[in-house]
Amino acid sequence: MSELRPKRMTNQPIFEDNDPQDELVTLNLGPTHPATHGVFQNVLQIDGERIVSGVSTIGYIHRAFEKIAEHRPYYQITPLTDRLNYCSSPINNMGWHMTVEKLLGIEVPKRVQYMRVIVMELARIADHIICNGILGVDTGAFSGFLYVMQEREFIYEIYEEICGARLTTNIGRIGGFERDFNEVAFAKIRQFVKRYPPVLSEFEDLFNRNRIFIDRTSGVAAVDPETALSYSWSGPLLRATGIDYDVRVNEPYSSYEEFDFDIPVGENGDVYDRYMVRNEEMRQSIRIIEQALNKIEQEPKGIFHADVPEIYLPPKEEVYNNMEALIYHFKIVMGEIDTPKSEVYHAVEGANGELGFYLISDGGRAPYRLHFRRPSFINYQMYAPMSRGMLLSDAIINMSSLNVIAGELDA
Amino acid sequence: MAKLDNQTLIGHLQKAFGSDISSVEEPFGLLSIQVSKERILSILAFLKDDKELQFIYLTDITAVHYPAQALSIAVVYHLHSLVNNIRIRIKVFLDGAKPEIPSATSLWNGANWMERETYDFFGVIFEGHPDLRRILNVDEMEVFPMRKEYPLEDPNRVDKKDFFFGR
Repeated sequence: MSELRPKRMTNQPIFEDNDPQDELVTLNLGPTHPATHGVFQNVLQIDGERIVSGVSTIGYIHRAFEKIAEHRPYYQITPLTDRLNYCSSPINNMGWHMTVEKLLGIEVPKRVQYMRVIVMELARIADHIICNGILGVDTGAFSGFLYVMQEREFIYEIYEEICGARLTTNIGRIGGFERDFNEVAFAKIRQFVKRYPPVLSEFEDLFNRNRIFIDRTSGVAAVDPETALSYSWSGPLLRATGIDYDVRVNEPYSSYEEFDFDIPVGENGDVYDRYMVRNEEMRQSIRIIEQALNKIEQEPKGIFHADVPEIYLPPKEEVYNNMEALIYHFKIVMGEIDTPKSEVYHAVEGANGELGFYLISDGGRAPYRLHFRRPSFINYQMYAPMSRGMLLSDAIINMSSLNVIAGELDA
Repeated sequence: MAKLDNQTLIGHLQKAFGSDISSVEEPFGLLSIQVSKERILSILAFLKDDKELQFIYLTDITAVHYPAQALSIAVVYHLHSLVNNIRIRIKVFLDGAKPEIPSATSLWNGANWMERETYDFFGVIFEGHPDLRRILNVDEMEVFPMRKEYPLEDPNRVDKKDFFFGR
């Protein structure tokens, strides 16, 4: 038996050097522990309840997306991006579409940009709901989680109206959307904008001034801005330390510069600040969606994609009755669109931070190289070093507030 | 914001490093430069510590494999100056048979996993890295899967063979 797995064991972390009398306990946190919220492992060395040191092992659901992407035409990469951060798939989809549009030089109509903003902000809310709800569960309060999960379900119903799917959405095409939002979708978005703020207030009433919640989260895992920057943190985690870096403002995409919204920042970078930043971001997202709905009213109706027949699939009846449409359909499906030989980096503000797409095109049907800058992967590497000296139960809270999504961690 | 543009930035870099900086490009407005592996660490440190430039944020480290070139592995750094709101891309081309480059972990803690990932997929040896192990792939793996010669899947598989249309 022992010769079957020798190599694996040699690479496992061994904690001999700091434990001469063999007093410390080695604990496997994960890969299937419910508190890890995903498939990743932490081997911790604990002294009573205090963590002495830890090593993170990741890669349990690595699916080689970067390699697969080198063999797929551009439009077939969208479903791969779904499965990065599967709690907010639409942001990944839109980020990928915008990257390709930047490469191909496609200008998307304003109405489409506003529709994209709506979808992205809904996804941000859904993602923050998960994170803050689970944080409540991990501190021992289950009911708040149920209040907001109902609203997440409503967001998923909106996705269903828009694209038919719920979790891995595959919303949109390169150049726009595959279909217009229908009346029901718009009605549900308006309804959501109205009904969500009171629910969020109720959720905040349960937690914000709750003695137990404050005791469990305030001052736990506090990070100073210099350390956060040194570890390349981004998103709500970085903003909780007090740095107002948001890609939506620094490098506006999809007409974010036209919207009026605030960037909440924290002060201490602890779990409580991260929770507060995420809550306030949900409020700001609601503000953005309201403005986007108003802006769509001003735009001509019925436009849901850019006028780029060589990139955007024609409607099916056109394909059967129109020669040009048939040719374009064939070329797009076979992946024979011409792309410039260039490279592009495009970043969007994902729910966890800066989600970047580094795309190198050699003019072929598939990317020559595609690299995802995944915020969960980069945020999570600080987890083991920062757990040192922490109580085990604090480390669990810290992990849920990092909001590590295993799909994004491993790609 | 945006006090600094690409022209000023490249002016600063050329004043400090002169001819060490080659093939300056600006694809889609992002300044892209190429340096040698001997100078990479000093250029990164200069960009990070310069009072005016302040490229304190390491966005990403990755690599690209160009099998047709003599120096076949390109390590790509993306830096971001949050204060000036400007990005820069730095490329270092390395010998594919022996890709060695100094590690940036002395400048940024966050470089640790990015470099491990690059090592895992391309076999780039980052000298001075504290813990250069595989990170996403299994430890037993003997190849570097993102290199172009590594196939996506075994081409000899029969279970996926379609006798009418090929594969």
